[in-house]
Amino acid sequence: MPRNVSDDWGQGMIALSDYLTVAAILFGLSMAGMFINRKNIIILLMCIELMLLAVNINFIAFSHFLGDVAGQIFVFFILTVAAAEAAIGLAILVVLFRNRGSINVADMDTLKG
Amino acid sequence: MNFEMPNFALAMPEMFVLGMTCFILMVDMFLSERSRVVTYLLAQATLVGAFILSLSLFSPLRELSFSNTFVLDPMASLLKLAVYAVVFTVFLYTRSYLRDRNMYTGEFYVLALFGVLGMMVMISAHSFLTLYLGLELLSLSMYAMVALQRDNRVASEAAMKYFLLGAMASAMLLYGMSMLYGVTGSLDLGEVSQVIAEGEINRLLLVFGLVFMLVGVAFKLGAVPFHMWVPDVYHGAPTAVTQFISTAPKLAAFALLIRLLVDGLGGLQHEWHDILVLLAVLSLSVGNVIAIAQSNIKRMLAYSGISHAGFLLLGVLSGTPEGYAAGMFYAIVYSIMGLAGFGMVLLMSRVGFEADALEDYKGLNQRSPWFALMMMFIMFSMAGVPPFIGFWAKLSVLQAIVSVDLIWLAAVAVIFSVIGAYYYLRVIKLMYFDAPETTTALQPGRELSMVFSANALLILGMGIFPSALMALCLQAFVL
Repeated sequence: MPRNVSDDWGQGMIALSDYLTVAAILFGLSMAGMFINRKNIIILLMCIELMLLAVNINFIAFSHFLGDVAGQIFVFFILTVAAAEAAIGLAILVVLFRNRGSINVADMDTLKG
Repeated sequence: MNFEMPNFALAMPEMFVLGMTCFILMVDMFLSERSRVVTYLLAQATLVGAFILSLSLFSPLRELSFSNTFVLDPMASLLKLAVYAVVFTVFLYTRSYLRDRNMYTGEFYVLALFGVLGMMVMISAHSFLTLYLGLELLSLSMYAMVALQRDNRVASEAAMKYFLLGAMASAMLLYGMSMLYGVTGSLDLGEVSQVIAEGEINRLLLVFGLVFMLVGVAFKLGAVPFHMWVPDVYHGAPTAVTQFISTAPKLAAFALLIRLLVDGLGGLQHEWHDILVLLAVLSLSVGNVIAIAQSNIKRMLAYSGISHAGFLLLGVLSGTPEGYAAGMFYAIVYSIMGLAGFGMVLLMSRVGFEADALEDYKGLNQRSPWFALMMMFIMFSMAGVPPFIGFWAKLSVLQAIVSVDLIWLAAVAVIFSVIGAYYYLRVIKLMYFDAPETTTALQPGRELSMVFSANALLILGMGIFPSALMALCLQAFVL
């Protein structure tokens, strides 16, 4: 008789709150990374990816514990959009580097007022 | 699980725009530099076609389709029609600008049309998923448009800032959506509002999600304290792109606000009301006060846009159908005035001269009295002087908040718009009472000067007969 895997997971060791905590920590880390980092724009792009991944963990955890598949479908869309976003972000980064020869965050200070 | 065939007819305009945009993308590959006008005409034809389709679908009913992820109601129809009209005008305005600056390429039109599609999806969204996808389609197109002029140092910096802050705001919005999904168990805005109405959920958890979502929405709307990108992007982007970014997406951002807060979280009105009051007061004060210190007209218009976002929020926070209608009226009026405001900069600029310093407007009356008069109309309208349309927009919003007994808030709004009048009047003073630095008249192309004059006269005309648009907006909310 096949074992019902999803039941096992539901009552297993890892509770919903654990997943949410991990996601919140990841989200907070990436947010801190955005604000503290003063060096490299590529790190900012990585932070953005990390933020989206934290959201994905949230969605999957909720989706599993609610027994509702919509959250997992949402994650597929987020992954796709994140890929497009990374492509555009890196493209803008290349343009910026060609124009200035630097991808230092502190150098982005022409526009002020 | 049963699969129901969705009612495709409701999404005809979206499908048409998508098909045409892909078609234009392909056709543009085979066009030579000289026959680029075909791309332009096809893009305009797309907007006209979508306008006709949306007009034919206009009905006072509220219809759902695509497993309740898509909604077509009068508000959606009206906002979509406004978006087509605004983008059509942007294309008219910007053609000569783009041609002079080597930007007259298919990419501009294709990206703008994808942006239009994103706005349409957002306006008609009835689920967190469609809202998010529409928003991202719009945002990604706009990031690319800002960086379109590849050898422009300022524009690439603006694009990077816009991208980083925009992506962060989207992530915040998503985090809020994931929380609300977890708490309510559904992505469907209708079901979310039903679950909240039953009142069995911990409100604290709902508010936690709400706050994150509001950060994302406030960013897209350009409300303080999430406004930092607005002046930099408006200033750095080529004026043609600025004109696009500052007008039509505001209509979509208004739709986002209504869909999330009213359609989805209507039950949390008490909670979001206070947050919106804070956002509105901050936007009105910061926008109007900092605009005074600007010497660059694009930055000045950016801060003025921030204060207009504050007014728009006033309409929504009143929480009554009349207030939502006033907010929508304000959004549409603002996009018409924004078109004219940046159209002014387009009109003044020529190759190698962007005309974005306030000094460039000195003594314009002696150089080109007609255009100076038109610009005076625009500035008066933005300041909210009767009989221009901007006055009626401000009046209807103020009426909405006074009717829910927020008289102190109305007083604050009036005080800040009086402060704001200073920098609008300063432009008029520069044009009429200062000596010009050159005496040559402006020589814009015939197309540009006609669109500009029509736009400015529309501001006056609608100000004299404001009731038609107001009635349409009311119809969208008060049935």
